[in-house]
Amino acid sequence: MTHLPTPPQPLDRDFLTIRARLVELAAALDRIDRAGGGAAPDSRLDKIRQSLDVLGGPTSNRAAEVQMIFSLPYSEDWRK
Amino acid sequence: MHFFDPHIHIAARTTDDLRALALAGCVAVGEPAFWMGYDRSGAESFRDYFRQLTEWEPKRTANYGIRHYAWMGVNAKEAEDVGLARAVIAILPEFLDRPGVLGVGEVGLNRNTRNEVTTLVELIELAMVREEQLLFHTPHLEHKYAGTRMILDLLRADRRVDRSRVCIDHCEEHTIREVLDEGYWAGITLYPTTKATPERAADMVEQFGPERILVNSSADWGPSDPMAVPEFILAMARRGHPDSLIRRIVYENPLRFFNQSVNFQFTPGEPG
Repeated sequence: MTHLPTPPQPLDRDFLTIRARLVELAAALDRIDRAGGGAAPDSRLDKIRQSLDVLGGPTSNRAAEVQMIFSLPYSEDWRK
Repeated sequence: MHFFDPHIHIAARTTDDLRALALAGCVAVGEPAFWMGYDRSGAESFRDYFRQLTEWEPKRTANYGIRHYAWMGVNAKEAEDVGLARAVIAILPEFLDRPGVLGVGEVGLNRNTRNEVTTLVELIELAMVREEQLLFHTPHLEHKYAGTRMILDLLRADRRVDRSRVCIDHCEEHTIREVLDEGYWAGITLYPTTKATPERAADMVEQFGPERILVNSSADWGPSDPMAVPEFILAMARRGHPDSLIRRIVYENPLRFFNQSVNFQFTPGEPG
């Protein structure tokens, strides 16, 4: 597979978009809390929290890792 | 820039969309048979739908200088009814030889059930016997990873499959690597909330290169954007990628993939 260089300065180009999306995410989580939805156990919230951990982690494969958090498991012997 | 949208459901779109696509540079579209948002009452409904895809929609797009190609199949959602699926599979050969029909698609899995697998195996068998190209739908959201792996398992077990004539569509960050590593074409679908976005598609191109990648809108009757491929072109251009690279992905790649079908006729550089 041919890898292409990612053009420079993505932070300059994307900073305001990233900021806006983080604020949207923060507001959405606040909304869930205000509605009382953050207190009860919910596997969806667990997945959101796991994803937030991935975002703050050292990996450079965050998108794929977050996708896997929201994926059902695969078993090689699915035919049985 | 001229481009193909290799996966779009024209039957669910308006003439305003066709006009916008033409103005943006779209010269050709691929329209796979799919689920129209409701379960059909019988195989004859599919026959009418296949006639729409092979007779009526090519005329509508031609009015805007856009060439129309189609794929014939039983979609993953209605594949759950194996009896209905078998009745539809029986009529597919009537349409697979029609001009502009590229092969069997979009077929695949939805909830990864045994019935879906049964139908899919029979559709793959039809494609293999007739030496047809294949276009696979991979499941949505939480079912995508397992479903994609299951489809790859089925194909790996069949020695007749020519991987260069198969596209595994709706790839995302967690599925694209295996699809490309195993030699298939990888479709990336650009959707507002599910699947990928133009920026994430550009990220995947940067990570995996342009070889065997197709970018599409899969625009249909739900939340989707028929202008998604032009949005991808813009996203790539804003990052400073050269026109030659962008053109390879949105024009040359689909041309090369489609050109493997005996029913594909297209003169490069001519929009109509």
